[in-house]
Parts: sequence; C-alpha cells; structure tokens
Amino acid sequence: NMARLEKLYKQVNNIKKQYFIRNRIAEENRQKENEAAVRIQSWFKGCQVRAYLSHLHKNATLIQKIWRGLTARALFSQRVKTAYFIMKMNFYNKMAVKIQQRWRGYYVRKNVHNYYARKRYLERLTRKNEHIRRDLEEFAELQRRERERITLEKEEKEKNIQAERLHFLLSTKQCPGVFNSPFRAEPDEMELRMRKVKPLLVRSAPKERKTPNITPDLTNLMPNRERLPPIHKKPQGPFRPALEVQEQRHRPLEPSLRVTTSINALEEAREELKRQEWRTRIIDQTFLPFSNTRRNKQYEGLMHTSTTFEQMAYGTKHFREEHKEYLKGKKRRKFVKFDSNLINTHK
Amino acid sequence: MSQRQILQVFEQYQKARTQFVQTVADLAARPQNTETLQNAGVMSLLRPLLLDAVPTIQQTAALALGRLANYNDDLAEAVVKGDILPQLVYSLAEHNRFYKKAAAFVLRAVAKHSPELAQAVVDCGSLDALVISLEEFDPGVKEAAAWAIGYIARHNAQLSQAVVDAGVVPLLVLCIQEPEIALKRVAASALSDIAKHSPELAQTVVDTGAIAHLAQMILNPDAKLKRQVFSALSQIAKHSVDIAEMVVEAEIFPAALVCLKDPDEYVRKNVATLIREITKHTPELSQIIVNVGGVAAVIDYLGDSKGNVRLPGIMMLGYVATHSENLAMAVIVSGVPQLAICLEEEQEDHIKAATAWAFGQIGRHTPEHAKAVAVANVFPKLLNLYLDTESSEDLQVKAKKALKSILQKCTYLPALEPLLYEAPSNILKHVICQFSKVLPHDSKARRLFVTSGGLKKVQEIKAEPGSAIQEYINAINSCYPEEIVRYYSPGYSETLLERIDNYQPV
Repeated sequence: NMARLEKLYKQVNNIKKQYFIRNRIAEENRQKENEAAVRIQSWFKGCQVRAYLSHLHKNATLIQKIWRGLTARALFSQRVKTAYFIMKMNFYNKMAVKIQQRWRGYYVRKNVHNYYARKRYLERLTRKNEHIRRDLEEFAELQRRERERITLEKEEKEKNIQAERLHFLLSTKQCPGVFNSPFRAEPDEMELRMRKVKPLLVRSAPKERKTPNITPDLTNLMPNRERLPPIHKKPQGPFRPALEVQEQRHRPLEPSLRVTTSINALEEAREELKRQEWRTRIIDQTFLPFSNTRRNKQYEGLMHTSTTFEQMAYGTKHFREEHKEYLKGKKRRKFVKFDSNLINTHK
Repeated sequence: MSQRQILQVFEQYQKARTQFVQTVADLAARPQNTETLQNAGVMSLLRPLLLDAVPTIQQTAALALGRLANYNDDLAEAVVKGDILPQLVYSLAEHNRFYKKAAAFVLRAVAKHSPELAQAVVDCGSLDALVISLEEFDPGVKEAAAWAIGYIARHNAQLSQAVVDAGVVPLLVLCIQEPEIALKRVAASALSDIAKHSPELAQTVVDTGAIAHLAQMILNPDAKLKRQVFSALSQIAKHSVDIAEMVVEAEIFPAALVCLKDPDEYVRKNVATLIREITKHTPELSQIIVNVGGVAAVIDYLGDSKGNVRLPGIMMLGYVATHSENLAMAVIVSGVPQLAICLEEEQEDHIKAATAWAFGQIGRHTPEHAKAVAVANVFPKLLNLYLDTESSEDLQVKAKKALKSILQKCTYLPALEPLLYEAPSNILKHVICQFSKVLPHDSKARRLFVTSGGLKKVQEIKAEPGSAIQEYINAINSCYPEEIVRYYSPGYSETLLERIDNYQPV
C-alpha cells in the first residue's frame, strides 16, 4: 500500500500535467462535442417525438376511422330508408293514380258527360218532336176542317135566307117559276131550296083596332101609329137592346132549392136509405176497428179552446208567414176566376 | 113673330149644325178629303161645336175631330195648339158614354203621331180622366180609354212611366178579364206597349198578375187577340231572366206551340218572338223549351212561312244552339235541312245574315256538329254570301265568322274539298289547317284526297314561307311520299321534259 501511494505521489505531477492537458483538449473539443451531443440528443428527441406523434396520429386515425364509419353507416342507412320510403310512395302514388283514373273515368262518364244518357236523351227528343209534329198537324187539320165547315155552313145559311126571301118565285102547278125552267132537265138548286124552306114572314102593316092592343111596357118595340117605325135597329140612347130585354122577360124559371125539393123529401130519402141498406148490407155485424192502436193516443185539444177567449191572429189575420216588406208600396193583387170555357183542350 | 116661328128658327139652326157635323164626320172618314177640309178651316169651325148644347152634335164633332187628327199629324198639332184638349179632358169626366168614347178617340188620334204630342196629351191631365173612364161600366168607353193609354205609352219609357204612375195597370188587367173580345185586344196591346220599354215597367206589369190572365187567353179563337197576347207576353219576357221564368211557369207551353199552326201569320210570328225572347236568357230556359218539343214546332213553322216572318224562328234556333252543345245537338236532331232551305230561299240580307249566324252557332261546338252542318251542304252557300259583292257588310261579316267557326271544328273532308277551289286565302287557311289535322291519321282519306285532285290544288297554292299556310301545306306534304308530292307539284311535266333534253342515250 505504501508502495502504491509512493507511485501515485510520483505521478502527481504527471497527473497535474495530464489534468491540464486533458482539460485543454476537453475544452477544445467541448464545443464540438457539445454540439454533437446536442445533435444526437435532438435527433433522439426528434425520434421520440416522432414516435409519439405517429402513435398519436395512428390513434387519431383509428378514432376518426371508426367515427367516420359510424356516421357514414348512419347516413347510409338513412339514405336507404329514404330510398325505400320514396319507392313505397311512388308505388302508392301509382296505385292511387290508377284508382283515381278509374274513379274519375266513372264519375265523368256518369255525371259530367254520360254518352248513353245523351244518346237516350236525343232519341227521346226525336220521338217527342215527332209526337209534337203529329199533334200539331192533327190540330191544324182539325182547325182547317172546322173553318171550312163554318164557311160552308155560312154559305148554306145565306143561301137559305136568300131562298126564304125569294120564296114567292116558287113554281106552282100552273106556272113554272123562274128557277124551274121547263127546258131544263131538273129544277135549279134554288128551286129545291125554296121548296124546303118556309117563306120569310114580313110583318104587314098593323091593322086598325078598336081597342089599342099595346101592353104598357112594350112601347119600345111596337110602333105607335102616330110615329113611324124607327129607322135604326138599335134604339138610340141608353136603352138595352130589345133582345136582351125579351130574354130577361121570358127567362125560364129557376126555382130555388127549397122550392124544387118535394114536401116528402125527407120521407123519400128515408125510404131510399132503407132500400139501399136492404140492397147492400150483407153482414150485420159491424166491423170493429182495431182498438189497440187508439188506446194510448192522447187527446189534443182544440187550439181555439185551449187559449184565451179572444180571436187568434193566426188563422184569421194571417195564415202563413208573410213578407210584408216585399208588398210595400204595391197594390193588393186582384185574383181572377178561372173560366174553363176559354181554354179548349185539343187532345 | 109667334113663338112657334121663333122656335122654328132655332130648330133650323140645330138641324143645320147637325147636318154639318155629320157630313164633316163622314168626309173625314176618307183620307183624301182631309187636305181640303184643313184648308177650309175645319178646326176652327169644329171647336165651338164641341161646346154645343145638343149632345149629339158634341159627340159627332168630337168624332170628326178624332178622325181628322188620326190621319195627319199637322192636324193633331193644330188640335193641341187650339187648346181643345183641356176641354176634352174635362168633358171626359162629365158626359155620357158616347161623348167619352169620342173624346178618348180624339186623345188617341192626337197621341199616336209623336212623343211630343203624346206628352202634350199627358200634360193636360188626360191620364186621370182616362183612368176614371177605365173604371166605367160600358165596354166601349173602356176600350177607347185603353186604346188611348196604349198609344200614349207606346212612344218612350218616360211616357210609359207616367202612365203607370197614374195607376193604369191594375185596371188594364181587369179589362183583360172582361168578356168583350175587342176590349181584351186593346187592353193586351196597351199592356204590351207599357211593358216593352224597360225591366222596371215589365216588373210592374207582372206584379199586377197580368201573366196569368194573358196565359189564359192563349187558346182563344180570335186571331187578333192572340196576336196582342203573344206580343204582350214577349215584351214582358224579354227583359230579365226572372220574368221570363215567371212567364214559363204560367204553363203556356205546350199550348203556345199549337198557335204556331195558326192560319194568321202574325200570330205565328208573335209566338216565335215569344219563344225567342224566352230562350235568349239562360240555358235552363232553352232546355225547358227544347224538352217540350219547341224546336220541332219552330222548324215546322219555318217551313210554313215565307219572308220576314221567319226571322224570329231563325234567331230562336241560333240562341238555343249558342247556350250549350247539348242544345245545339238537339237543334241538329230536330232538323237542320230546313234551316238550309231558309238560307237558300230568302232574299233579304238581314234574314240571310241571321241564318248564317245561326249556322255558325250550331256548328261551332264539336266536330259532330260541324259535320251535321257540313252535310246539309251549307258551306258553298256561306262562301257565296261572303264573296258576293252585293251582300251587305253585316251579312258578309256574319258569313265569314260562321264559316270560320264551323271550319275550325270540321273534320268532314268531302264537304271541305269544294272549298279548296273557291275560297279566298283567309278561309283557305282554315280549310288547309283542318286537312293537315285529319290527313296524317286516315289513310283512306289520304287516298281520296289525292284522287280527287285536292293534293294538286294544295300544291298550286302560293304561300309565303314561314306563314301558317305554308306550315299546314308542309304538314300535308309530309303525309305523302316525295314522289307523289313532286308528281303533283306544278310544272312537273316541264321538269320531266327538261330531263329528256339533258339525257344522253347510251
């Protein structure tokens, strides 16, 4: 040990020298070595950080991957759902369109423009037109015949009047008349007519009478001997035509109902009733009505007795609802009696 | 002088007056004497006789005055200026019925000439007096008063309103119910004159219940009465839908159709006018008339009558066809050939114009309708009417419109072909348009078109490129193979011959 220590003390100067040399070398290389160390360290830290970052990136990517997959699948399922929904709706729409088509066709063909109804209507219309045409023609024919008949009758009548007037020209046994010329095979039409017809009675001048035969109220008709007969047929002035007066005077008796009933009317009626009963009544049992139906029926009193003792406006003053404001300012309507003679039905 | 001689002088004077007045009245009955009478100063002589003591002279003087005023409106003015009217009006209230008749006759004769004279008659207070006369018992007085009122109300709406304000209408309705035919006639004609001016007046007439009474008189045998009744109903019904409905509700159909066969042609004309006024308003009213068989009756009526009388019937058919295509089909089914005969036969322009319009309304709805019109061989006639230089402008316009509207729906080619040759360019456009619509779909029609020479004619038409006609012509040409089109184009033979010139034989 003392030997080692002695050796060490001999090397102390060497050591000090070496210490300084080495420090100097170290000091000279310090910067380089420092920089190299820094570089190595930085590179290593860089590697570390990069490894950490890549680790982070990987994780982040993983998370994002998973997340995006999730959202995309959700979106996709949503899209599938909507596509399915749209497909369904399209299908339903198509079916609805089919139904609507059928319905609209049916409705339009039935209500708006019914071809067969229109056809039937036009056929009916042609038939109705034919009816009307036939009826109108018949009616026109009837009218024409009526008019012709009237004109013929008028002519006949005129010829008869003429024959009446010229009745004095009738041929006698001794002397042939004007219309019965002996050179003709047959007498003329006028002659034949005159034979059928009675002569026109012309009033001759009134004969002289001892007592005047004038009844007191016929002064208009029978002419006074002192005055000439009137020139005009119609009497001048406010007199009624003579024919009317005559008609009124000689009007047939229209006895009242009381007069026309015989005095035994009541007895006769009784007899008649007895005979009728004898003839018609076969069964003596009276037919009893169904009594069940009337059992529960309540008696409804008269309106007149169930109210106060005065006249009700309803039923006397007014009967239905009236619109007084429409009638304002207008005069009361005059109603007409229907006269069936004025309308002749041609069917 | 004894009393008898004095009285004799007076008697002679009276006889002289009577004779004068009676002769003047007889002379005034003839129109050729009025000039002479007027120059002789008859007015101034008759005027004092109106105030004469003897009633016969008064009446005859009034009658003479009335007859004079009847013929000439100068005389009527002289009556007004001579202040005779107030005297007459006063005496209308007082005297006996013959005088009332004569006085009403004078009022009527004065009022009939012009609205101013009628106004003068109203101004002197005659309406109240006439109303009082309408309440009289004697039918002759009522008739004269109603006649005077009718003539007053005829001129314009103002006078009618004055007449209505005097409270005349209910009295006229009562007059209609009287048994005398002449009175009914005159009352119906007065109601017709009152109601014709405006809807309010027609409503007043309707409110008094006139329609029911007029409807009852439809089947009366007297022809003149029927004329007036139908005229009154048509004047009432023409103003509004409600009133027309009320007229129809009075159940005049089908009784009125019977009167379309009446021998009197004015009765028939008035019935046709009534039907026309009713169908003019709404499709429902036209439908009622069609269902009752009115169209057939009117068509028969057109066949029976000639001339101006046909006009209301033709217009009625036009109005019915206008409303809807069902009704137009109903008209077609009932008989379009008769209408075509009308178009041929009639000479007057306004009747032809009405017929052309009616055809236009019938044919314009659908191709079926246009075909029915075309089959009746109407197109050539319409075209002639349109092209004829002698037709009036109205007729030409209507014929053109009718042609256009029918052609736009016509697909019946045989009737369209003659039109190709004769029509002017504006009509031709429509014809070609119809061909271009039909030909692409129908091969038989195409063949017929070629064989009948229609394609040739179409090629010959010169049209500006780009115009509508050119488009239609192109559409028609595209229906055929090119060779055929080239074959029928004009100048094809020349081009063929030119090819001979250029050909080199081998």
